[in-house]
Amino acid sequence: MNLVKINNLDKSYGQLKAVSDFCLSADQGELLAVAGPDGAGKTTIFRTVCGLLEYNNGTINLAGFDIDKEFDKIKPLLGYMPQNFSLYPDLSVEENLYFYAGLFGMKKNEYEQKKERLYQFSGLGPFAKRRAGKLSGGMKQKLALSCNLIHDPKILILDEPTTGVDPVSRRQFWDILKKLKQDGSTIIVSTPYMDEVALADRAIFVHNGQKLIEGKPDELLSHFNSAIYKIKAVPSSEVMTRLNQIEGVISRRFGSSIHLYTDPQQKIEVHYNRLSQLGISSESIAPIKPELEDLFIQLMEKSDA
Amino acid sequence: MYKIKFIALKELRHIMRDPRSLVIAILMPILMTLLYGYAINLDIKNIKLAVIDFDKTSASSDLIGRFYNSEYFSKATDQVYIDDPEMILKKGQANAVLIIGPGLGEAIQKLKNIQNPANLMIDKYELGLTVDGADANMAAAAGSYSSIIVTQVIKDNLPPGFELPGIRISRQVFYNPDLKSSHFFVPGLIAVILMMISALLTSVTIAREKETGTMEQLLTTPITPRQIIIAKMLPYIGLAILDGIIVLGFGVFHFGVPFIGSTLLLFVFGVIYVITALAIGILISTMVKTQLLAMMGAMIVTVLPAVMLSGFIFEIKNMPMILQIITHIVPARYFILIIRGIMLKGSSIELLWVEGLFLILLTIVLLAVATRRFKLGVD
Repeated sequence: MNLVKINNLDKSYGQLKAVSDFCLSADQGELLAVAGPDGAGKTTIFRTVCGLLEYNNGTINLAGFDIDKEFDKIKPLLGYMPQNFSLYPDLSVEENLYFYAGLFGMKKNEYEQKKERLYQFSGLGPFAKRRAGKLSGGMKQKLALSCNLIHDPKILILDEPTTGVDPVSRRQFWDILKKLKQDGSTIIVSTPYMDEVALADRAIFVHNGQKLIEGKPDELLSHFNSAIYKIKAVPSSEVMTRLNQIEGVISRRFGSSIHLYTDPQQKIEVHYNRLSQLGISSESIAPIKPELEDLFIQLMEKSDA
Repeated sequence: MYKIKFIALKELRHIMRDPRSLVIAILMPILMTLLYGYAINLDIKNIKLAVIDFDKTSASSDLIGRFYNSEYFSKATDQVYIDDPEMILKKGQANAVLIIGPGLGEAIQKLKNIQNPANLMIDKYELGLTVDGADANMAAAAGSYSSIIVTQVIKDNLPPGFELPGIRISRQVFYNPDLKSSHFFVPGLIAVILMMISALLTSVTIAREKETGTMEQLLTTPITPRQIIIAKMLPYIGLAILDGIIVLGFGVFHFGVPFIGSTLLLFVFGVIYVITALAIGILISTMVKTQLLAMMGAMIVTVLPAVMLSGFIFEIKNMPMILQIITHIVPARYFILIIRGIMLKGSSIELLWVEGLFLILLTIVLLAVATRRFKLGVD
């Protein structure tokens, strides 16, 4: 059963089209990742789905309720964690939790039980009396998530919850999401990190407010249709510019090395001459397996072309 | 109700944990009361008076003494251009110059020896008073105070049994017999301070939730805008009432402003007025995105009209027609009438219900608009 169903969503800010013809559906117990660079429209989609933005066209249906007509019925079933930390920094961890419990009409003893469970998986128990503003980035996000879990929402919408969080905390955060999913929650999470996409059940790539591709992470890579090589060379901006001038070659900086995408029908040897002019020897070029990020880059190039 | 309590309690925590806004909420009213109570003083006293005495008799020195011993006039210093009244005024050495021409002693003597009331006005003697008209109020006051003193001199020098002829006004001042301007200002000041503090604090608290993104989080929970607005208001109603009591206390015990009417009636109207002010604050917060803008907006929208267009200082009847019409949407206008009525005249509800009704109407309209705009304003 589709717990979240978005059909043909259009949203513009004046002349600027932020989201166009966007569709998304998520089943119960599904962990769906929405990936894309900054400005892709992820936040706009999420805020619209949570009833915080008006939209121009399309339908949004959460847990069987239309967002325009029955938003009040959706609210108790929904947990939304905005991109920016949005708790009260002058209230303690426990006060923040208690406040959200109150908003959902929870009674004291019910809250106490729930709180202990949330402390268990978040590890926030020892910091219960600490002001939320004084928590580390990772703990802040865990608290924000906890506040959104206090009412056992059926649908969780998390906008880049791990951005700016250290790798260990990121890992912990995703472990929590997996547990929640096993408990039956439907989770839609946006992320700019491709390694996190691989942890989801399904992923949607978004670029310029449009869906590029959708599918299970391990199946997505079958859509990659270039040959891919890794070049061990310093990706200075001069080298990058000149690489991209070569016909039939797309290159991208990848950490401290370069990824080269070429036509699979063509052998890499035809480019050796040009590459050596840039000081790149054939020994420093090796074929590799594509990653999700490579796929994303390829799809973005195609959609921009 | 349960949820409203939660938000209200949370709001109270915010207030208690933010010493700066608490200082603004408590200290500012006290400062303003003292400032206005002392600085806005329309009582005209100590008019600097220079005297040019050509008479130089005991009568003239008696007259001069009476001027200087009254609380209205004080001695001008450094009388360099002693013979030129205009120069004295020009140099700012005095606000008024009294010129006693020769013959005052004689005139007084004739008064004393008068036998027949019919002869009373035969001998005319004129005193000169040159006044600096740049300050019109002071100039007028100098003239009337002088004639009071001179009339007294004449009365005192008439033989026993004689009376000054003519028609006189017997003046009685009710409600503020000493004509002290603090009696007039302090009640108005309460209106201004309540308006400012209430609107300022609420608009800032809501703007802060927008700035930090917590408002977005709130709106995805099962809370209606109306519940948020009510919950946000409750703690500030309390705070505003506390402010009101502080200012009232200063007014009554420090400035000696009388409080004749019903405390309960004032309290009821006070709460209505505070809600009006809070509604204005909420309305402002729906139009701005940052705390800074909210603060500036609240100051401009509340303080300016409450001071200028409410009758606090300037009489509404003397304003141009267009401004008079605008004053009808200034809540302070109604509350100032109410609070002055209750404190100074002991007015009862029968005399004040029209103003009260206008206040309630304004409040309902403001709250309705604020609630409507509240949700739309989140974008």
